[in-house]
Amino acid sequence: MRFLRAYARSPAAVVGLLLLLLVIGMAISADWLFPRDPLALAGRPLQWPGANPRFWLGTDNSGRDIAAQIFHGARVALLIGLVATSIAVVIGIVIGAVAGFYGGWVDDVLMRVTEAFQTLPNFLLLLVLVAVFGSEISTVVVAIGIVSWPAPARLTRAEFLTLRSREFVEACRTLGMRDAQIIFREILPNALPPVIVYASVVMAVAILLESALAFLRLSDPNVSSWGNLIGLGRDVLRVQWYVSAIPGLAILVTVLAVSLVGQGLNDALNPRLRGR
Amino acid sequence: MSAILSIEGLTVALPRGADRPHALDDVTLELRAGEILCVVGESGSGKSMTASAVMRLLPDNVALTRGRILFGGRDLAAAEEEEMRAIRGAGIAMIFQEPMTALNPLRPVGDQIGEMFRIHTDLSAEQIRARTLALLEDVRIPDPALAMRAYPHELSGGQRQRAMIAMALALSPRVLIADEPTTALDVTTQAQILSLIRDLQRRLGTAVLFITHDFGVVAEIADRVAVMQHGVVVEQGEAAAVLNSPQHPYTKALIAAVPPLAAPPPRAFSDEAILKLEGVSKTYRTGGFLGRNRRVTRAVRDVSLELPRGGTLGIVGESGSGKSTLARCVMRLIRPDTGAIRLDGTDLATQSPAQHRASARRMQMVFQDPYASLNPRRRVGELVAQGPIIHGTPREAALARAKSLFALVGLDPASTDRYPHEFSGGQRQRIGIARALALEPEVLVADEPVSALDVSVQAQVLKLLAELRQRLGLSILLITHDLRVAVQVCDLVAVMKDGEVVESGPIGRVFEAPEHPYTQSLLAAVPGREFQAARRSRL
Repeated sequence: MRFLRAYARSPAAVVGLLLLLLVIGMAISADWLFPRDPLALAGRPLQWPGANPRFWLGTDNSGRDIAAQIFHGARVALLIGLVATSIAVVIGIVIGAVAGFYGGWVDDVLMRVTEAFQTLPNFLLLLVLVAVFGSEISTVVVAIGIVSWPAPARLTRAEFLTLRSREFVEACRTLGMRDAQIIFREILPNALPPVIVYASVVMAVAILLESALAFLRLSDPNVSSWGNLIGLGRDVLRVQWYVSAIPGLAILVTVLAVSLVGQGLNDALNPRLRGR
Repeated sequence: MSAILSIEGLTVALPRGADRPHALDDVTLELRAGEILCVVGESGSGKSMTASAVMRLLPDNVALTRGRILFGGRDLAAAEEEEMRAIRGAGIAMIFQEPMTALNPLRPVGDQIGEMFRIHTDLSAEQIRARTLALLEDVRIPDPALAMRAYPHELSGGQRQRAMIAMALALSPRVLIADEPTTALDVTTQAQILSLIRDLQRRLGTAVLFITHDFGVVAEIADRVAVMQHGVVVEQGEAAAVLNSPQHPYTKALIAAVPPLAAPPPRAFSDEAILKLEGVSKTYRTGGFLGRNRRVTRAVRDVSLELPRGGTLGIVGESGSGKSTLARCVMRLIRPDTGAIRLDGTDLATQSPAQHRASARRMQMVFQDPYASLNPRRRVGELVAQGPIIHGTPREAALARAKSLFALVGLDPASTDRYPHEFSGGQRQRIGIARALALEPEVLVADEPVSALDVSVQAQVLKLLAELRQRLGLSILLITHDLRVAVQVCDLVAVMKDGEVVESGPIGRVFEAPEHPYTQSLLAAVPGREFQAARRSRL
């Protein structure tokens, strides 16, 4: 309850949460509002929004309903965001926790690996992974997760470095607790808040990465994703700009919502910022 | 003598929801020219708040509601912020408890002292340099020219505090406020800083408002004393009068809680050793990529000690003497380089991690910081039950046992499902003790178990340890920097310096007739020694 009140104190965070609920609402209601396959031909191509009451957001260059693609695309965006973020955060936490807890050569080895990932621009790495393993949506999601773990890993490691020398950790050792239990049950809950906040950034970036891939037509064409729609609209950008602009707006709103929620979480979870 | 600074009916309101409505309630104090007024009280008594109010540096959420602070004919309580800036540093200067956090780590010390002149005067750079050097000489810092160029981390704690005093005295303020200036220092350094403050105060005629929790320090330097409790001044008067014939019950209790520096009559304990340290050494090597800046610290050197069954061995030393490293070696939190640690004959130093986990229950530890040693995200009952659960006790039984342990250490058994932050420091330390006792250990290692606590709470926790020792037949290894703590509970004592044991033996013998010069200087540095002796002879 106290957490909710702290969260609600920031108007931006509340707006973010409402926007995010809106996107989630779109994803849930997609099947019900647009029961047909969103990628099926629906009518004459390139109808402007409002021109035909059946297609209130118009149709794209293949004659598919843009509104249906936006609603179904919300599912894909959230799926990518959640799954890729979970993959990135789990890998990051495990690697960061082990590196930070043990220190020494374990830390050295793991951090050099992390740096190897970080020095490569992650979009390039993503392109390589997609080029090698194909562009099915599941592969794309896993690939995005794999390129996004270094930052959460570094964050977790930093938290563990300060927490591992606390007396409560030494107390657990003197009780004869196993390392795995100390790492995951004792230290991790204390290290988690900043990582959870950072997860919102990872999620926003994951959605953008998939859109960027789709824009280059390297994402799964059999899925109605916002990125695919933008990529498709590229050919008619000068005249029928709405084909790219509408999904672009959807991405903007979603990323903004996720970032605002992340900021709100940070303010609510970080007691030092309270009352500022 | 006339008052330089007088505080009249000062009342400071706390925000709503605090434990009491007023941080300070109708505080009236008078600081006269050329005297040291000690404000004494336990944590939360409002003594530091008084200093902040005088400097008008109160936290944002507390407000000065009533009263006057008269200094140099002006009422500081009503002064403009601009006026206050001119008074801070020049008229009233302040020194703090922790000199490391009060100094900017990125600027040389000399530069920071010079800052005072740059802000408040228009001296030339050359004059500022000369004045800074003179100040550092005044506070008797070794090699002042070098100290001027040194960064804070390159000085020792005592030297940093000297630099802080130099900074405070730079503009010859008429009032110096010292907020627990020696609490973070070792006894011998504390004694030097106290004599420095006393000496400078006599020479320069500065009036000093000295805030402390330690009646030993009060006996050492105070001209007059004001005792505070819950934001109220309960007693004030001449130092000799307050110390020797306290009127208010709280003052009496505080003075009584100052432990006597004489060993109680020796207790009987077995001759057989339960824990034996044989030639334990631990060396730290830091830095040194390709041999540059390599530093080797021999934290513990060839220490051999014996803890008799049912006895209490105190390990006494100043910070950096290696006593905490030794305790961590004993607990196997650190693996010693050489030597054996025999618990009933089994060598712990060479055990595998699995063997060590199994034997962990025979020896348990109580930690120094009651705030850091309890996981803030677990309920206290779980914290106490954790050990037995790890070693195979069913959860329900372990939690039930935690309740009975709470009763044993003097806590309410119903409070086991609360979180650590809901308890006070002394209560948390009791929880720490309960956790250690949950595994029914034979040996208890206590690392500075009371140094983070108020005097009166210290006395209670030490009494609890002594009682438990009696009832459960515990053997205790007690690490402390405070000789007054060691003398209350220990049977045997070992004095450590630079990683070595320089003297050890029955505590009565070591304290009455110390042989090693270091032990002698430690004992001589205990604040309020003469007052103690006088008090003892009166009893």
